[in-house]
Amino acid sequence: MSELETFRAEIRAWIEANCPEEMRRPVQGEDDICWGGRNFVFKSAAQKQWMEVCAAKGYTVPDWPKPYGGAGMSPQEAKVWREELARAGARPPLSSFGIWMLGPALLKFGTEEQKVLYLNQIARGEIRWCQGYSEPGSGSDLVSLQTYGEDKGDHWVVNGQKIWTSYADKADWIFCLVRTDKTNVYQGISFLLFDMTTPGVTTKPIKLISGNSPFCETFFDNVVVPKHQIVGQLNRGWDVAKYLLGHEREMISGAGGGEQTSTIGKVLTRNGLDDPMLRAELAQFDIDALAFAACGEKFLDEIKVGKAHPAKPNMMKYAGTELNKRRHELLMAAGGSTALEWESEETRGGAPARSWLRTKANSIEGGTSEVMLNVVAKRILELPGA
Amino acid sequence: MPLYHTEDQAMLAESVTGFMADEGGIKKQLRHWRDTNCKDGFGHALWKQFAEMGLTGMLAAEADGGLSMGHVEAGIVLAEIGRNLTPSPFLTTSVMGVTALNEASDDLRGRWLPGIIAGETVLAMAIDEGAKHKPEKIACRAEKAGNGFRLTGAKDFVIHGTSADAIIVAARTSGSDSDADGVTLFAVPKDAAGIGHNAVRLVDSSIASHVRFDGVELDGSSVIGEVDGGRAVLSKVLSAGRIGAAAEQTGVAGGAFAMTTGYLKTRKQFGKLIGEFQALQHRAAHLYSELEIAEAVVIKAQQLLDGGSERAELMVSVAKAKAARACNLAVREGVQMHGGVGMTDEYDIGLYMKRERALTEFMGDANYHAERVAQLSGY
Ligand SMILES: Cc1cc2nc3c(=O)[nH]c(=O)nc-3n(C[C@H](O)[C@H](O)[C@H](O)COP(=O)(O)OP(=O)(O)OC[C@H]3O[C@@H](n4cnc5c(N)ncnc54)[C@H](O)[C@@H]3O)c2cc1C
Ligand SMILES: Cc1cc2nc3c(=O)[nH]c(=O)nc-3n(C[C@H](O)[C@H](O)[C@H](O)COP(=O)(O)OP(=O)(O)OC[C@H]3O[C@@H](n4cnc5c(N)ncnc54)[C@H](O)[C@@H]3O)c2cc1C
Repeated sequence: MSELETFRAEIRAWIEANCPEEMRRPVQGEDDICWGGRNFVFKSAAQKQWMEVCAAKGYTVPDWPKPYGGAGMSPQEAKVWREELARAGARPPLSSFGIWMLGPALLKFGTEEQKVLYLNQIARGEIRWCQGYSEPGSGSDLVSLQTYGEDKGDHWVVNGQKIWTSYADKADWIFCLVRTDKTNVYQGISFLLFDMTTPGVTTKPIKLISGNSPFCETFFDNVVVPKHQIVGQLNRGWDVAKYLLGHEREMISGAGGGEQTSTIGKVLTRNGLDDPMLRAELAQFDIDALAFAACGEKFLDEIKVGKAHPAKPNMMKYAGTELNKRRHELLMAAGGSTALEWESEETRGGAPARSWLRTKANSIEGGTSEVMLNVVAKRILELPGA
Repeated sequence: MPLYHTEDQAMLAESVTGFMADEGGIKKQLRHWRDTNCKDGFGHALWKQFAEMGLTGMLAAEADGGLSMGHVEAGIVLAEIGRNLTPSPFLTTSVMGVTALNEASDDLRGRWLPGIIAGETVLAMAIDEGAKHKPEKIACRAEKAGNGFRLTGAKDFVIHGTSADAIIVAARTSGSDSDADGVTLFAVPKDAAGIGHNAVRLVDSSIASHVRFDGVELDGSSVIGEVDGGRAVLSKVLSAGRIGAAAEQTGVAGGAFAMTTGYLKTRKQFGKLIGEFQALQHRAAHLYSELEIAEAVVIKAQQLLDGGSERAELMVSVAKAKAARACNLAVREGVQMHGGVGMTDEYDIGLYMKRERALTEFMGDANYHAERVAQLSGY
């Protein structure tokens, strides 16, 4: 047996021995996700147990180095871990913006102290992070952001407003883009970290079309941020922000979701439908979904060895989110009038309709589809004037 | 296995890319043979060069003088054939034909493989019996006669049928037209009595034949695989042809796309390069995305096929359908974004459109494979 196959056998046995039965059932909705954090209320003992046994082994962030709370897995090993999780139908032990977004940025730009402190907290699910990028006047044109941090020697005093801050009311800390030089557009932004309980931080939830309110307006009124809580250099936060966006886009794209969960054609027989036109649409969709899953796998393989174009996450995000929106359009069509029910028990509180509506944000959050296409045209295709 | 080329494969790709750009280019091959009204539609000298490069026997076993390579490697060659629109018997001979012969007796392999490997022999595949690919139904009959068989029936869309030294024919030896069992594959030499050709030039300038078999006498040694059990071999041949055509389509699409983005960077209207217009940028970026996805699923399916995975058949159909749709988009956008010149014979972009159409039809179009995906997925 090759080393990797031995490793696979070990991982398989470990998951078998440690993953509670309940954590091997498919995630039904947002509230099945384990987000971690100071105030997180675990949905069940099994959810808590699964997160904790994984965290103890570094498996919540398998490819991060061990000193930072990871398991130090190689890219191939991490792939095996993902494959084995999928094979067992096991849920991710912990999901968070810390894992997907801030962590990779800290690994690249953080000081040793920051890495040891923040990454371990993320890996153990102790601190939950939110992302303070967008502002009312700065969405796609993010670099125009106005939230200002005034230099007060050993700290900044931050004033301004963010919007669409996902889970701001549930998060413990925020990674935030703040203007620290008003005379320089790109090189006048700093990437700051601060506690959401700092005096002057307030949040106001916004209700979404899905009926949920996972995001907020976030206000900063003379918020004091110590200087050591900057990531990267002063006024060079845009570099950190862009790097992080790459990881965010990769995550939203669903690359690495694997083949198993991507196809939906079977809904036809499950719902007892005899509809040749829908069947044809489902088959076309499944082709695109399986092809995209292969593309996700290829992208992750390439990124680990530096073969992927640095702007590739933009393409993946575009394709993955447009696909996911189509998936939910078809699931609604296959559900018919049942899928319209907003509160019924049969639909688990309108899950199909709410999920369908939620997916519409996929091609907006983290950069819109149009912006993704702009970036591809400019950075990959190198078209003029883009 | 990671979804990119190994070092050996990358080296192969580099040498094949250079070789094909030098020798297989549109002016040197496709336009030349088309404009001289060549009866075969491809150049035999280039086929010889393929042999010198070691490409003709890639899929044959080392024991038979081949290289024992797989569909990833064959796909590398096919992508370059596609990019250059090179007319070549490679797909029917070295990919599908050799896949069939690999299942054949020592006798048959000894009879045909050396010529193929030397670049002297060409094979054609006679599978379809109608305007659309439908290998589930095979009506062409081979009746038992003495020690051998007598072949009667008609086959369509037999690419290189008239130039082939042998035609590999899927025929019915028992049962009714749509039965799964009762199919047998034969290697029929071109000089067998009773073969009639109606050769036709196709839109992409390749030559196909409507072949008629009028009581063609075959001895038992021309059977490939088991009598009545030919489906097993046929399905390997079909998978090889499908993933091969898909690989070729990614090359066609890539060639058309490069030409188109090149044009966007040089053509000026309204005082600007047309590539500055966002309406075109977004379509080009979308097309790029589709092509990346198609390329990924093609290599995925190639690897699964080479690894003997049980998911290979499904993924081959996914790949063939996806490559067809992506390639179709590439050539349609290509012609459109070229404006008026895209409609001229002088520009090459229209040639890509023609090749795409023929390749899409070859071994099942996107709808055929969507139906298969649904069936193989159980709905
Ligand atoms: C569910 C959800 C969660 C979010 N979570 C967060 C979060 O946690 N933190 C955070 O900071 N932000 C978050 N966002 C905000 C998100 O990043 C922004 O909504 C996004 O960047 C778009 O900005 P906007 O909403 O201002 O739209 P606008 O930028 O005003 O765009 C409006 C429309 O114009 C198009 N458009 C804009 N510019 C161009 C252009 N140059 N070319 C072509 N078309 C263009 C857009 O594509 C879009 O269709 C979230 C958004 C959603 C929906
Ligand atoms: C079969 C045929 C017959 C014709 N017959 C005649 C005739 O009898 N008489 C005659 O005078 N002309 C004729 N034409 C010419 C025809 O009108 C032009 O081809 C057409 O106006 C496009 O111009 P172009 O070919 O220069 O393409 P271009 O203008 O160079 O366009 C190239 C591409 O860029 C796109 N593009 C250009 N500008 C923009 C923009 N601002 N925003 C977004 N996209 C843009 C175009 O849509 C196209 O996709 C004929 C053309 C054809 C193909």
